[in-house]
Amino acid sequence: MINKTTGIATAFAVLMSTGSVLHAADVEVLHWWTSGGEAAALNVLKEDLASQDIGWVDMPVAGGGGEAAMTTLRARVTAGDPPTAVQMLGFDIQDWAEQGALGNLNDVAEAEGWADVVPEALQAFSKYDGNWIAAPVNVHSTNWVWANKAILDELGIAQPTTWQEFVAALQAVQDSGKVALGHGGQAWQDATIFDGVVITAGGPEFYKQAFIDLDIDALGSETMVEAFNRMDTLRGFVDDNFSGRDWNLASAMVINGEAAFQLMGDWAKGEFLNAGKVPGEDFLCFRMPGTEGSVTFNSDQFAMFDVSDDDAKAAQAAMAASIMSPTFQSAFNVVKGSVPARTDVPDTDFDDCGKKGMVELAEAAEAGTLMGSMAHGHANRAAVKNAIYDVVTAHFNGEYDAETAAEELANAVEGAM
Amino acid sequence: MSVATQDTAVSTGRVTRTFIYLLLILFALFYLMPLFVMVANSLKPLPEITGGNMMALPQDWTIEPWLQAWSSAQIGVEPTGLKPYFLNSVLMVVPAVAISTVLGALNGYVLTKWRFRGDSILFGLMLFSCFIPFQIVLIPMAMILGKLGLAGSIPGLVLVHVVYGVGFTTLYYRNYYAAFPTELVRAAMIDGAGFFRIFWRIMLPVSGPITVVSVIWQFTNIWNDFLFGASFGGQSQPMTVALNNLVQSSTGVKEYNVHFAGAILAALPTLLVYIVAGRYFVRGLMAGSVKG
Amino acid sequence: MANSNTQADFRTRLQDWIPKLVLSPSLAAMLVFVYGFIAFTVYLSFTGSKMLPKYDWIGFENYARLWGLSHWWTAITNLGIFAFLYITICTIIGLGLAIFLDQKIRGEGMLRPIYLYPMALSFIVTGTAWKWIMDPGIGIENTMHLWGWESFEFGWIKDRDMAIYTVVIAAVWQTSGFVMAMFLAGLRGIDNEILKAAQIDGASNWNLYRRIVIPLLRPAFLSAFVILSHLAVKSYDLIIALTGGGPGRATELPATFMYSYTFTRNSMGIGAASAVIMLMTIAAIMTPYLYAELKEKA
Repeated sequence: MINKTTGIATAFAVLMSTGSVLHAADVEVLHWWTSGGEAAALNVLKEDLASQDIGWVDMPVAGGGGEAAMTTLRARVTAGDPPTAVQMLGFDIQDWAEQGALGNLNDVAEAEGWADVVPEALQAFSKYDGNWIAAPVNVHSTNWVWANKAILDELGIAQPTTWQEFVAALQAVQDSGKVALGHGGQAWQDATIFDGVVITAGGPEFYKQAFIDLDIDALGSETMVEAFNRMDTLRGFVDDNFSGRDWNLASAMVINGEAAFQLMGDWAKGEFLNAGKVPGEDFLCFRMPGTEGSVTFNSDQFAMFDVSDDDAKAAQAAMAASIMSPTFQSAFNVVKGSVPARTDVPDTDFDDCGKKGMVELAEAAEAGTLMGSMAHGHANRAAVKNAIYDVVTAHFNGEYDAETAAEELANAVEGAM
Repeated sequence: MSVATQDTAVSTGRVTRTFIYLLLILFALFYLMPLFVMVANSLKPLPEITGGNMMALPQDWTIEPWLQAWSSAQIGVEPTGLKPYFLNSVLMVVPAVAISTVLGALNGYVLTKWRFRGDSILFGLMLFSCFIPFQIVLIPMAMILGKLGLAGSIPGLVLVHVVYGVGFTTLYYRNYYAAFPTELVRAAMIDGAGFFRIFWRIMLPVSGPITVVSVIWQFTNIWNDFLFGASFGGQSQPMTVALNNLVQSSTGVKEYNVHFAGAILAALPTLLVYIVAGRYFVRGLMAGSVKG
Repeated sequence: MANSNTQADFRTRLQDWIPKLVLSPSLAAMLVFVYGFIAFTVYLSFTGSKMLPKYDWIGFENYARLWGLSHWWTAITNLGIFAFLYITICTIIGLGLAIFLDQKIRGEGMLRPIYLYPMALSFIVTGTAWKWIMDPGIGIENTMHLWGWESFEFGWIKDRDMAIYTVVIAAVWQTSGFVMAMFLAGLRGIDNEILKAAQIDGASNWNLYRRIVIPLLRPAFLSAFVILSHLAVKSYDLIIALTGGGPGRATELPATFMYSYTFTRNSMGIGAASAVIMLMTIAAIMTPYLYAELKEKA
C-alpha cells in the first residue's frame, strides 16, 4: 500500500516539478541569496558546475537572514530528504554536524590544500571533529563605518580614528541639523553595532572573553556597563524614526546625504555601488573607530549534507572544489561586497574598500584578532545569541539603563547556556 | 434564500441616512487604503517612491514593475519572475480545495442526517483541529510525509492542506445541513433511497451557497499559505514562497514597486474569488453557518 | 421470504455502516495529524530537545524556564491586550457596518466586496503596505504634514508602549469585514414580522436593535467570537510583516515566541512548552463553547 502510494506520488511529483528532474549528478542547493546581485554571483558557481556537466537544482527560501531557510531545512532533514548543499552560517553548521547530518569533504580539502589558505578562525566553523564539512564562500566583517564624504567635507570633519573623535564627529553632524547616524532599529542591527562597540570599550581580548568564552563575570562587568553607555551615546545620534527600518534604507540615508554615518557590515557597500557612488570619492569605508586591527566576521558557507549515492557524492565534491577555486572566490565576493574566504586570492578585481578588507582580514587572522561576530551567530550558539539580542535591543529601546543591561546580559546568557 | 433582497423593517430619517452613508464611505476608504498604496506605488518608477509621497498617485506611470514581477524578477538563481510558480499554486490549490470540500460535505451530511451515538463528541474533536497552530505540526508532519514518500511534492502539500482544512469545511456543512429538514431525508429513506443517493439527489442540489463559503474559505487559506509551502513544497514551491523570495531578499536594492506588483499578482486569484463570489458569500453564511 | 429478510438485514446493516465509513478517513486523519501531533508536542515539552527532537525526559524544566522568561510574559500580556481589543473592536465595527448596510443602502453590492477583500490577502502581501502607512517618516503622518496639517502625529509603531495597538489596527482591518458579513447574514436571517410587530408596539430604532435584534444575533456573536479568538491566538504573519516583534521585543505574541524558540533559537523543548500552554488556552476558550453548542443540538 505504502509502496503503491509512493510510486504514484513519485510519478506525480515528476510530472509536477517544474522541469527540473533530479539526476544523480545534480546538486540541490538551499540558499537565501535571492537579490539580483547575489543571484548573479551564485550564477557564476552554477555555470562553472554546468561546464562539468553537473546540474543545479535551485531551492531558494529567503527571509529573516536565513531563518526561513533553516526552518525549511529542518523539515527536509526530518522528512529524510536533505538538499545536497545548504547555505549556512556559523554555529548552525556545527549544530547540524553534531546531529550527524553532514557529509565529509576531507578528500577534496586535502587535494586542494584548503587548510593552508583558509584562516583558522574560519576553519573552526568549516570543520567538525577534524573533518571538513563545509566550504566557506566569503567573509563578511561587521565592524565597518560607512560615511557620506560630502557631508564630512562640508563640515570639515576628518575621518575619526578614536571613539572620542567619532563621538565628536557625530555631535558635529547633529549640530548641523542632519541625522548623525543612519540606523535601523531591528534586533540584529542593534546587535551588529554592539559587536564593534564592545571592542571599543574593552578591546579584542574583552570581546573574546565576553562573547566567545561567555565569561559571566565579563558579561556583567564594568567594561560591559561602559559598552552599554556607549550604545546610549549612539542612541542619542539616531533619528526618531529609526525603529523597524530596514538596514538598506538606513544606507540610503547616507547615500542621499540625509545621514552622515552608518555602522553596518560590508554588505552595505553594494547599496552604495548600486547607487553609482565611488568609494573614496563619494563615500568612505573604515573600521569603527577604536576597533582598528580587529575584525568581527561572519562567513557564509555551503554545508554539505550526507548523501548516500556515489554520483551525488562526486557532484558534491565538485561543487565544493568550485566554491573554493580562487576564480569563484574573487568573482563572487567582488559582487557581494565581502572578501574571499581564502587569503591567497589576488585583489585585482576588488575596489578600494574590498582591497582594504582583504588586507585587514589577513592581518587580523595573523594577529589572532579575527573574531566571530556575536550579532551574526559566529561567536556562540543560536540560543545564546538571541538571549543577547533580547538584552541589547531592550536596552537600545530604553527598557534598561546601562547597569541593569549588563546585569541582565549576564543573567540572560547564563539562562540560555 | 430570497431574504437577501428583503427590506428591513427599520425606517430611518434623512439625517440619519446621510450619516450612515458617510460612515460607510469612510470605512470603505479605510479598507481601500492599503490596496491603494500598493497599486499606486506599483505603477511608479523606483526613484519616485524613494524620493516622494507614498500616498500620491504616480507622476510617471509605468507598468514595467508588473512585467518584471511576472516574468523577470529575481526569485532564485534564475530571474524567472513569479510566472512558473503560479502553476504550482494552482496544481496544489485545486485538488486540495476539491477534496476538503467533498469530505466536509459528506462529514456534515453524516453528522446531521445519519446521527449515531457519540457523533457530537466526534464533531467537537474535529472542530478543535481548526485551532491547532501550524507551527507546531511542522516537524511531526515532515516525519510522516517523509515516511509516505510525499515530502517535497505537490501531493504532499495537498494532503497537508486537506487535513487541516477538513475541520472548517465540516463545520460549515454541518451547520448548514442542520437547518435542512430531516423529514425529507427520512421520507427518502423509507422510499428505499440509499446513503449516497440521498446525498446526491437531495442534499447536493441545495448545497450551493455553503459550497461557495467553503470553497472561498479553503481557497484563500491554502493559496495564502507560506509555511507549509516553504517546508514541504520541495521543487514545486507555490507562489507565496516565490513572492516571499522576491520581497524578503536581505541584501540589494529593495525594488518596492516590483514588490508591490508581485504582491498584487500573487493575490489576484483570491481577490477575484472574493469579488466574483462575494455576493454569494453572505448568502451562504446566512443560509447556515452563523445560525449555529 | 427468509431470503429477502436477510437481504434487508444486510442492507440496513450496510446503511448503518456507510455513514461511519464515510466519516472514518477524516477521523483517522484528525487522530494522527491533530491529536497525535499534539501528543508529540506535549512529549517534546518534557524533553531537552534543541535543534531536532530528542527523547530524553527532563520533567518540567522547560516549563520552569518558560515562566522565568520576561520575554514570555511580554508575549502573553500582549496577547491579552491584543485579543481583547481585536475581538471587541472587530465585533463592534462588524456589527455596526452590518446594521448600517442593512438599511436599504444603495451601492451595497459595491461596498460589500470592499469591506470583505482584506480577508482574501495574506499579510505577506499587505504587511509592507501597512508598515509604510504607519511609518511616521513616509506614511500617514508625513502625508498629513504635506497636506498642511503640521501638528498631526501618528508614530505609534515606533513607540514601545503603543506598537501593539498598531498591530490591532491592521488586524481589525483584515477581519472586521468578514465579521460584518457574518452579522449581515444573521440580520438578513431574522424574520421581519417580529420587527414589524415591535415597531407597531412603538419601539424606537435603538430599542428595537438593543432588545430584539441583537439578542437574536446570538449565534452570529458566538461564531464571530470563535473565529476571532482563534485568529488572535494564531496571529503570526501579522507580527512578522508589520513589526517583526519590535520595537525591541515589544510586540512579541505567543505564536511568534513559539516559532522563534523552536526554530531560530534551537530550543525546541521550550518552544513546545509554550505551544502546550497555547493549546491549553485555546481548549479553555473552546470547550465551554463547544459544550453549549453541542448540548443544545443534541
